[in-house]
This record gives sequence, structure tokens and C-alpha cells, in this order.
Amino acid sequence: MSKLTAEDLVRLRDKARAAMDFEKQGYRGKVVMHTGTCGIAAGAEKVMAVLTAELKERNVTDLVVTTSGCAGICSREPLMTVQLKGQSPVKYTELTEAKVKSIVEEHLVGGQPVEKLAFVMGCEAAY
Amino acid sequence: MANDLIQISVCSGTGCLDAGSLLVRTAFEDHVRSQGLEKTVAVNFGGCAGTCPQGPVVTVEPGGVLYHGVQPGDAAAIVGEHLKGGVLDRLRYEPPEEPSKIPSTGALPLYRHQVLRVLRNKGLIDPESMEEYIARDGYQGAAKALTQMTAEEVVATVKNSGLRGRGGAGFPTGLKWEFASKSVADQKYLLCNGDEGDPGAFMDRSVMEADPHSVVEGMIIGSRAIGATKGVIYVRAEYPLAVKRLQKAIDDATAAGLLGKNILGSGHDFELSIYLGAGAFVCGEETALMRSIEGKRGMPRPRPPFPAHKGLWDKPTVLNNVETYANVPPILLHGADWYRSLGTQKSAGTKVFALTGAIKNVGLVEVPMGIPLRTIIYEVGGGIGKKNKKFKAVQMGGPSGGCIPEHLLDTAVDFDSINATGAIMGSGGMVVMDEDNCMVSLAKFFLGFTADESCGKCPPCRVGTRVMLDLLTDITEGRGKPGDIETLIDICDDIKNTSLCGLGQTAPNPVLTTIRYFRDEYESHIHDKWCKTGICRDLASFEIDPEICTGCGVCARACPQEAIVGEKKKPHRIIQELCIQCRTCYDKCKFNSIQIKASRKLTGVAAAAEGGKH
Repeated sequence: MSKLTAEDLVRLRDKARAAMDFEKQGYRGKVVMHTGTCGIAAGAEKVMAVLTAELKERNVTDLVVTTSGCAGICSREPLMTVQLKGQSPVKYTELTEAKVKSIVEEHLVGGQPVEKLAFVMGCEAAY
Repeated sequence: MANDLIQISVCSGTGCLDAGSLLVRTAFEDHVRSQGLEKTVAVNFGGCAGTCPQGPVVTVEPGGVLYHGVQPGDAAAIVGEHLKGGVLDRLRYEPPEEPSKIPSTGALPLYRHQVLRVLRNKGLIDPESMEEYIARDGYQGAAKALTQMTAEEVVATVKNSGLRGRGGAGFPTGLKWEFASKSVADQKYLLCNGDEGDPGAFMDRSVMEADPHSVVEGMIIGSRAIGATKGVIYVRAEYPLAVKRLQKAIDDATAAGLLGKNILGSGHDFELSIYLGAGAFVCGEETALMRSIEGKRGMPRPRPPFPAHKGLWDKPTVLNNVETYANVPPILLHGADWYRSLGTQKSAGTKVFALTGAIKNVGLVEVPMGIPLRTIIYEVGGGIGKKNKKFKAVQMGGPSGGCIPEHLLDTAVDFDSINATGAIMGSGGMVVMDEDNCMVSLAKFFLGFTADESCGKCPPCRVGTRVMLDLLTDITEGRGKPGDIETLIDICDDIKNTSLCGLGQTAPNPVLTTIRYFRDEYESHIHDKWCKTGICRDLASFEIDPEICTGCGVCARACPQEAIVGEKKKPHRIIQELCIQCRTCYDKCKFNSIQIKASRKLTGVAAAAEGGKH
């Protein structure tokens, strides 16, 4: 990467913002697994493996699957956030293999948040 | 209707902010001001209603009217309609008839009181992607500081923001930067303290893991302010994931020219590296940390000279904590007044806390300064984790802090109010205890920690903490004597007054606060040889109350010693000779039939009487 200037940084921000917007990138949604030390200790990597295997088996390729840091509710790890086009982000907590399978089937494929498994919906206040 | 106050809440959730709700709020404010409507229309931020794809979302009271996709240009029309008592149909959002059963963040107490500034990217970005950090305004604060401001202006902004050091002592960050900026030297250093070592604290680890670039950016701004060209992040080696992600952040930023020579074409140079600490608690003390980086044994030295004049390698040096640096970029971006808009007069902004212990929601929370402790424990934290257990105290500031009891739960969480209780704000560890915690054992635990971690330089700390630990061990094992409490207080005063560094000066705090608020527990340990919580094994025994026991057998099956006997559906009994007081039966019994009685080793009349009352 060449050295940035302040102007480059603004352009890079706008480009990166667009790249992070799954809708603009032609995807149907985004799944974020929270893999801080707390999440990993609770088994987030194992759950992530189940998720990717399950998606592969069902040939789901229109979702962005990524990782991020601790979401703050360490006692309810492993944790993931699912956001589909036109929906608010939904957090699922204390994930197990069985829960991930239901979430894939009903939410990621079926398009409906799994009400009985979801912890919270929406964004956190910032600023 | 027209005379009622119209309340306009613009959603400040991260989704709506990304969609431009900040500009929308400003548009409402500008419109209200220009029309002289301050007395009839109030504009503020509101929580997320869980309608994120419709953002920016605006709620207008009275009526709870929801608007979606609001643009700055819509402010006048919305205000105009509501002043007439109407509704702007064009932007009105009708929630679905059957609302989702999933609660929104705005509705859950866990989220309702939180405002993310330090944790602004929490769970939203890939920590290993600099592009994703940049997408969320990353490095814009640094760009402003480096290309549009003088060093003096950067110092003034941070000073005016009221930001105080988040490592524990709460020293004004801007003032520290000002001292160092005025030092003249051929080389200055800027250091970051990531040596988080308090038991129960994990705020800094989480920030370094989840948003490493926020620390790097804060340091770039700091380096500009004081004129430092070299920086070091001191992290303990036991945080491998934090180290890995920080290193990647430094490498990526260096490759992009955000670190190194002539950053963003500003002429300012700043190189950053990581130094792995071996995990000694004393290395969190600034002068010890600097010695450790120099390759020497981490021991504090007297101040003055202060690091701002003579620090690392005897050059002017500034050391700030991880959370302090993570606070800085948005201050540069949004200004000092913005930062002061949350918090109290003397403690501006927010504070991140690691909530642990006997609390329901264990985790990382960020709340505005000044929030009552009770709100953090009972709303954000969800209250005590175990059912039927009562709150007893919360330990703030780890081994350097103190416990705060129930009757002080309405204390506002700011540096000065917390200090007044005898505890300290500390770096943000908040260990919650319920009635099953023995406060003498708690003090012993922290003293054990500080006695181990004392570097040994000052005898009052090295010897004093050991003597105190021995006294506390005696008290918890039944050898306490009348006068021990007074002796403890006496040694505490000596250690506080005669230790060189913060470790020694604060080590007595857990003992002093537990004596101050729970003196009766010390007295019953010493005089009655009785620990009502049963934590001190020599001062209690476990017995089954035959009146309550249903004979369900859960305790007998759980007992690792097979010490519980009894016929099915008949009261059971604990064979005292076999019992190791592991508390398994006590925790398992659903009927609270396991009672904590006087120690079986002692036959003191007072102990038996106390035991009987329990």
C-alpha cells in the first residue's frame, strides 16, 4: 500500500464503508461470530466451524460470514450477530451445535429470526 | 396539544448513526434554534427500537410517532406538522401489526444505559482489518490532529474535554500531555500501559482485541501532542490474542503510512512497537513499567523527576492506559464539548467496566460517568446471578481498591464520589459479591495478591503486606486475637504513608474498607470463631436441617466424599468426620436445608449461639 494522505483517507473510508455494506456488495446478509478471548474460550471457533459446514452443505453462498471482537456479554458466549437485508441485527447467545443448525435453517435460509433463541434485536447506542 | 413539549428523539444506535442520524439531529437542533422553538420542542438522542433497516429513525412524543429514513431536510416539515398537532404521513413508519417477540436493545436494561464511545466498534468490525476500522471513521481524528491542528491545539482539545486517565488514578490526560509537550529534548516517548493485571479486570484486553487500531490512533494523536517520535505498547505476554491483533494493526498502519515517517504528509514521524511484559503487577506503575522496557527489573523509583521530564531512557515520556488512548480519536473528531456532553462536571465521558462475580450479566459494559452504582448492578448487570441471594458488596479497583456495601449503592460512579467511599474507580474491574462471600477472606485474597506482587523495594510494603496477610490468615483460621483489627488498621496506615508507589499506597484499601463496612464479620471471626458464610472452613460446619430436608437425595449424590447419608424421603445427615466443606451440597440444595453452623472443632458458647440463630 502506498503512503496515504488525509484526502486518501477520506476516499478509503468511503470505499471501505461500501465494502462493508453487504447489500451494496450483492449479499443477502451478514453473520458475525464474536471471537474475543471470552468467545473462543466458550467455544466460538467450534461453533463457527459448525456454521460454515452447515452453510456449505446447504450451498448458501449469498451471506458474508465474518468474525469480530467481544460483544460485551461474556457470560452468554458463544455469541453471533445475524443481519439479513431489511432486518435489524439479531444476537443469538450461548450457541450450541443444535442452536446453530436451527438458526441456519430458520433464519439464514428461511429468513425469519428464531424468536425463541434470539437474545436481542437492534443496535447499541453510541456517540 | 400545541402547548405540550414536543420531544424529538433521534436514534443513536450504531446502525442509524451510520445512516446519518447525527446530521439529522443537528438539522432538528438548528431548525429549533432558528425558529426560536427551544421552549416547545426538545431534541435528544434515543435508544434503538429495533427498526434498523429503516434508519435514521426518529420518534416524536407525545404519541410515540415513528419516522423512518429521515433526512436532514425533513426536520422542518416534521416539527411543523407536530406543532400543528398533526403527523407527517410521508415518512411515518407503521410497525408491523405483530411485533417481534425479540426485545430491542432500547428495551433491555442491559443496553439501555450504555453509550459506546471507547467500545464504538465493539462487535461491528473485523479487528484484523484496518479497512473496516477506517470505514467507521477510523484515523479521521488522527488526520485532523496531524494536518489541521497545531500540537498546542491538540493538547488544548484533550485538556478541555476533561478526559482523565482511565488506568485508575484519574489524572487529567491533557495536563499530562501539556507537561511533556513543554519539555525540551532530542527524543520523547509515548507509552501505552496494557499491563492490565487486576484480578477480575479485562477491559483493556477486550479493547486491544476488538479494536486495536483505536489504541494505535489514540497514540498517534498523543505523539503529535507531545512531539514524541517513538512509542511502545507495553502488553503482558499472557494476552496473546491482544498482542497478535495489535501487532497486525501496527504493521498495517505502518504499511499504509499511518505510522512511520511523515505521517499523512504532515511532517510528523511516529514509530510504534510492542514490548511484552512478564505479567508483574508492579509493572503497571509508570516508573516500573519504564524500567522494565529498559530491560531492568521492574521496580518503581521516586518522583520527581516526573516522567514528563525524565522517563524512559531519561527522556520526556508520557504513559497512558489503553482505554484512555481509545477515548482520544473521537474527541479530536467531535470536539471537547461533545466529550463533555456525557458524564459529570469533574468526570467527563464514559467508563468501561468489567462486570464479574456474583452478577447475572458478566461482561463488558460502557456507561456515562455519574450513573448510580445501583443502576450498573441491578439494571445493566441484571442483579445478583443466583436466585434468592442478596447483594453484599462490590469490589472496585481490584487489589488497590475497596468494597462498597449495599447502603452506598446510590453513589454516583465518578472518580471523586467513588474515592469518598474508600474504594477507587480503578481501571474498571467491578467484582460483585453476594451474601455467600466472606469479607475477611476477600481481604485476605487481595492481600495475598499484593504481598506476592510487592516488588520488595520498600520494606513497609514488602514486610507490612506479609504481616497483614499472616494476621488475616490467623483470623480466618481461628487464631484471631482481640486487638487484631486495631493492629491491622495501624499497619495499613504505615504502609499507605511510607510506600513509594501506588501498589503499596493502595494495598491496604481492601482491608480498610472491609473493616469499615463489615467490622462485625471481623469481630465474629476473632471473638466467636464463627464465619457466617462458611467460607472459612475452620470457623463453620455444614449441617442439614431435618425440619426442612425433604430427603430428595440431590446433596447425597453430589457429595464427592459420600459424606451425606439418609433414607429416601427422610431427612439426611452429614457425617462431619468425612465432610470437607466443599459447599457442593449447600449450592445444590433447592430447599435451603443446608445450614452453616458453628465450627465442629470449637465448642465456644458464643459460636453455638450464633450458629443457632442463623
